[in-house]
Amino acid sequence: MSLASAWAMALHGVDGVLVEIEAHIGPGLPNLQMVGLPDTALSEARDRVRAAVLNSGERWPPRRMTLALSPATLPKGGSSYDLALACALLAADGRIPAERLRGLVLIGELALDGRLRQVRGVLPAVLAARRVGIGQVVVPTASLAEASLVDGMRVHGATCLKEVLNWLRNPAAGLARPGPLRPAPPTAVPDLGDVLEQGDARWAVEVAAAGGHHLLLTGPPGTGKTMLAQRMVGLLPALTDQEALEVTAVHSVAGLLASETPLITVPPFVAPHHTSSVAALVGGGSGLAKPGAVSRAHRGVLFLDEVAEFGPRSLEALRTPLEDGEVRLARRDGVVRYPARCQLVLAANPCPCAPPDERDCTCAPSARRRYLGRLSGPLLDRVDLRVAMRPVKDMGQADAEPESTATVRERVLQARAAARARWAGTGWSMNAEVPGPVLRRRFRLPRAVTEPIATALHRGLVTARGADRTLRLAWTVADLAGRDCPLVEDVSVAMGLRERRAA
Amino acid sequence: METTAQAADRRSDELGRWGEDLAADYLAGTGLVVLSRNWRCRDGEVDFVATDGQRLVVCEVKTRSGTGYGEPSEGVTPAKAARIRRVTAAWLRAYRVGWCEIRFDVLAVLCPQDGPVTVEHLRGAF
Repeated sequence: MSLASAWAMALHGVDGVLVEIEAHIGPGLPNLQMVGLPDTALSEARDRVRAAVLNSGERWPPRRMTLALSPATLPKGGSSYDLALACALLAADGRIPAERLRGLVLIGELALDGRLRQVRGVLPAVLAARRVGIGQVVVPTASLAEASLVDGMRVHGATCLKEVLNWLRNPAAGLARPGPLRPAPPTAVPDLGDVLEQGDARWAVEVAAAGGHHLLLTGPPGTGKTMLAQRMVGLLPALTDQEALEVTAVHSVAGLLASETPLITVPPFVAPHHTSSVAALVGGGSGLAKPGAVSRAHRGVLFLDEVAEFGPRSLEALRTPLEDGEVRLARRDGVVRYPARCQLVLAANPCPCAPPDERDCTCAPSARRRYLGRLSGPLLDRVDLRVAMRPVKDMGQADAEPESTATVRERVLQARAAARARWAGTGWSMNAEVPGPVLRRRFRLPRAVTEPIATALHRGLVTARGADRTLRLAWTVADLAGRDCPLVEDVSVAMGLRERRAA
Repeated sequence: METTAQAADRRSDELGRWGEDLAADYLAGTGLVVLSRNWRCRDGEVDFVATDGQRLVVCEVKTRSGTGYGEPSEGVTPAKAARIRRVTAAWLRAYRVGWCEIRFDVLAVLCPQDGPVTVEHLRGAF
């Protein structure tokens, strides 16, 4: 009898794939067939769509209907196709003008009464629509702010199917348009001024923030390891527009966005518990894998507290994501990539018994060795900064008020700007990203400056990779001091930060 | 004494018979020759067995007084379709008809309380 098609979006990782939904209504007993690899949630759309169509005051065509989702080979799941399925059917039945569905992507889950429900992954879907040259989308009103983050798209918000149908029949009816984008309320990040003493560790956190270096803090319980780590995000610069979109897209796929102020502009802080599984850390799940902690911390801080308590498999699984800056996860329905460029902050006790003063330790030497030995060499190799913290001996009566986040952040931002200017055009923006050979050849330092490293290397106190890492730290220390190039004292400071190693 | 349920059944039967009468008139109008009406066997019943001169046309009539429980044609479930096929096979054996082309039609009769009666003819419905 008739044929119509509508457009929807499938999610593949943080990418959207355009899906054409064709509806055919032919003679025969009333029946609805859905083809094109739907999963259970999508097969259930049959019942949701029918109830929603009837409850929106429309006729359910008493015919043999076929809905085809193409590309047919791409496995499709979830409830975000409901709106497009309903519109395709009604257009095939001649209830709405089919030509209005051209150049329009429809996203949303239908409630039985015809209301439009929020789905995850709206931002990646709208980005993909723009990429394939479709200029208009309809989304649930709750996702309107999220969809409007994409420039150059006509975004419409609807609360129910009826509204969408009225608008399709009569464009003058109009749908909700996005309001001006409201910035997210500044989240209260704890201030660095709360941390007592710990001059070395505070300095290490500042260096880590300035250079993007991974950081390991060890020390007895109660010395402020966790406090310091939580304050690190406060030191990092705000995300650029591009980064903010990347981070928001990952969080959209994970279904974690606030519907009022969706855009994430500050670096995320993610602290998974040490019992987290491999799938929770790097991503996983059946069908198509969902993003894990390492992706949610993209462009932010991944804090592993009590890192020695993490399962070895979990920690090993972090190695490739940290190296590549992305996770590739293969599951039944295909391989997805999630970005995973995060800064790692590790915290650990020095031993299982962990007394306030290390001299009171009752652990056998072998137990101590085993404890931190769980942090494997390859993972620890990527950690540029290792700091041992000492017990706090003073309750803060000291005259000097500890520096606040604002003061330190100012220095960090200047250092970052200096680094960005230096590495401009190379693809790197932080010192931690620069490979060792580049530091040793293109940005070679005078022999006098690298003298301490050369000596340590000669005596076998550092490895070659350790030497590279010290060089990177030296550049960051110089950036923080406002120097164009590291001096010998910067190199010494860098070695000091490295040699306070606990593991 | 008749219970409410029995009364409802009786009304439903009456409606069904009334619909079949209407369908008979309709079929006569389309030029189909009715061979059997309400033919029964152990497996069940077919409403009409007719022919258009080239093939056998087996017709199921489904009547409803409203769409509150769905369109009339939705009442022809896969189980019902299978039963009609079985009964048709029995009919063919009973009248010793050899191989012939068969078409299964559904006549959906809708007679709402307020509004005109409609007859919808689904040719080759299953």
